[in-house]
Amino acid sequence: MPPFLEFLIATFPMLWRGLVITIQLALGGIALAIVMSLAAGLGKMSKIPPLRWLCIAYIEVFRGTSALVQLFWFYFVLPFFGVSITEFQAGVLVLGLNAGSYGAEVVRGAIQAVPRGQYEAAIALNFTPMQRLWRIIVPQAVVSMLPPMGTIFIELLKNTALAALITLNELTFVAKQIRDDTQRTTEVFLAVLVMYFAVALCITAVMRTAEWWLSRGLDRGGVR
Amino acid sequence: MEWDWALTWEILPELARAFRVTVAATIIGFSMALVGGLVLTILRRSPFRIISWPANFIVEFVRSTPLLVQLYFFYFVFPVEIPDMGGIFTSAFITGVLALALHYSSYTSEVYRAGIDAVPKGQWEAAAALNMSGGRTWTSVILPQAIPPILPALGNYLIAMFKDTPLLYAITVVELLTTAYQIGSARFQYVEAFTIVGVLFLIVSLMSAWLIRRMERWTALPSH
Amino acid sequence: MLEQEAGPPIIRFRGLEKSFGDLHVLRGIDLDIPEGQCVSIIGASGSGKSTLLRVLMTLEHPTGGRVEVEGESLYTMKRNGEEVPANRAHIRRIRRKICMVFQHFNLFPHMKVLRNVTEAPIHVLGLSREEANQRGRSYLEMVGLSDKVDAYPAQLSGGQKQRVAIARALAMQPKIMLFDEITSALDPELVGGILDLLREIKQQGDMTMLIVTHEMKFARDSSDRVLFVDEGVILEDSDPQQMFTNPEHERTRRFLDTVLSEQA
Ligand SMILES: Nc1ncnc2c1ncn2[C@@H]1O[C@H](COP(=O)(O)OP(=O)(O)O)[C@@H](O)[C@H]1O
Ligand SMILES: [Mg+2]
Repeated sequence: MPPFLEFLIATFPMLWRGLVITIQLALGGIALAIVMSLAAGLGKMSKIPPLRWLCIAYIEVFRGTSALVQLFWFYFVLPFFGVSITEFQAGVLVLGLNAGSYGAEVVRGAIQAVPRGQYEAAIALNFTPMQRLWRIIVPQAVVSMLPPMGTIFIELLKNTALAALITLNELTFVAKQIRDDTQRTTEVFLAVLVMYFAVALCITAVMRTAEWWLSRGLDRGGVR
Repeated sequence: MEWDWALTWEILPELARAFRVTVAATIIGFSMALVGGLVLTILRRSPFRIISWPANFIVEFVRSTPLLVQLYFFYFVFPVEIPDMGGIFTSAFITGVLALALHYSSYTSEVYRAGIDAVPKGQWEAAAALNMSGGRTWTSVILPQAIPPILPALGNYLIAMFKDTPLLYAITVVELLTTAYQIGSARFQYVEAFTIVGVLFLIVSLMSAWLIRRMERWTALPSH
Repeated sequence: MLEQEAGPPIIRFRGLEKSFGDLHVLRGIDLDIPEGQCVSIIGASGSGKSTLLRVLMTLEHPTGGRVEVEGESLYTMKRNGEEVPANRAHIRRIRRKICMVFQHFNLFPHMKVLRNVTEAPIHVLGLSREEANQRGRSYLEMVGLSDKVDAYPAQLSGGQKQRVAIARALAMQPKIMLFDEITSALDPELVGGILDLLREIKQQGDMTMLIVTHEMKFARDSSDRVLFVDEGVILEDSDPQQMFTNPEHERTRRFLDTVLSEQA
């Protein structure tokens, strides 16, 4: 067996454990990002000024600063305010809040792109504002949210590596450790890059499937 | 928790010096990414699959994997060794800038591609009808039309790269975040240093975003 | 003027005004419509016909005047004997009596045909799914689309879409139905079928119908009353025979001459 394969097989269990944590981080972050995208995206369109300002402030702060700075801030600064969180919690929180600030603009854009006639038909049928939003508008907007959301989720996956810098033992952290112990940089980092790439491909595949599934029957070109 | 103003004034000059490193990395890295992306785009459009396919793969792969791992890879596998000049241009700095440039080449390549695809097919045909050479077609017909509309998108990636420079912390480049971290851990007072860094990023990002919005108005071609 | 029946009218406008910024679109509309009447509204494009219907549907809010439905004010309500702006619940309660069909159908593209028709009966009227499905199927049968219950709107022709939209409105069983140029987006050969459907709806029940239309034959032969709207006022209000044979105003005559010569 070629030596690099032997080496990879020997280190695989460690890398696998790191990968599992990376995936957990990504899934947690994605879940939070979806919630924040919807909350802030809808909140930015709210008629209540303070709510709108709050959402704008959130979006601008998290889009305007660096993800790593956010992570360090949450991990190192929050304890001084009496809030202590684990590395994993800090990771999920920052990944979700960061991606959510980008997702909020996607949500807002997609909702505003739903034709006015859909709101009017919903009013004529006497739906409540909440029913209008969740039964009529959001289901139509979701289809056009999916492709840009897929891009945001891949950026989120890439950002999970930042948690290595606050010593969470996810994939990149494990790889760095193996490298420091064995000095076999090329093999380890190439293997890890391929693993990230594979997860990214999975995310893309899931998003494409969801898009296909949700757009059955929808003719996105014609008059509605 | 009280904000320490004395400390703030004390550390600001140090952070300002470090900020120059951040800005230098961004400007050099992005200039290289502008060229690198163009090269990748041209390779991807090659009629020979043996050239276009690897170029496509590189763009996809680099875009879907973490910058941090790519930084480690460069730092440990292809470190740039230069004699220490005592300024900001250390070996680690150069290595880091190269990794940033490669990573963002994959983004700028996508932007160029979109810009080129948006040039109507008739323009290529008109150039061919006028018997222009391939190089002349690119420089006097295609690029002058393709570039102005994509300037805002390129600007957004410039901001994105700026926000990614703190990752150079991982390979010991003494930029803004590294300096803040050193200040914070030396005095065990993280709040001021990290918050100032966050605010600095926010100010620069908001100002640049505003500039880009103005640019969008200049670069919108009259007839499109 | 038309002879009015006893009892309060089902729709009453008093001094209704609507402006969009500086544009004064409705300039004092006074109108009573008795229950069960089928009223055609004609007039040049931009004269304010749609706005009139849309104010009644609460898609636009008036900038002045009063709207009453079955004697109750739509945009104001009584609180402690005082007249105050209506809240959402008040508007929803009254709006329940009204439904509207649009020029561009506005079907929900993410729902199949049957669900387009049953969604509001279930979630707004509180019908059970079986009741709503039964009701939905019977209205789809009435509009001739029994075989399309499982299609998506995108798979239908324009005429079929408009039939679904009509069934969707009928399934709410409103007392008042508003139709805003519902044949204007259709190919000419499909118009007749939709107009026949309107006649059938009129025959079937006691629904009050307000129909904005450019189909003069329909207005003349199939409605109880015709309104001519001109620059935001109701310039002429009469029975169809009078309107089309002997209009009172010169402007009405000129409008009818132009349109009728086009449609001849
Ligand atoms: N939402 C709106 N904002 C501004 N102007 C409007 C709006 N809706 C209608 N208008 C204007 O009001 C006038 C009357 O419109 P409308 O009631 O649609 O006329 P009609 O249906 O008789 O053709 C037109 O000049 C139109 O441009
Ligand atoms: Mg109209």
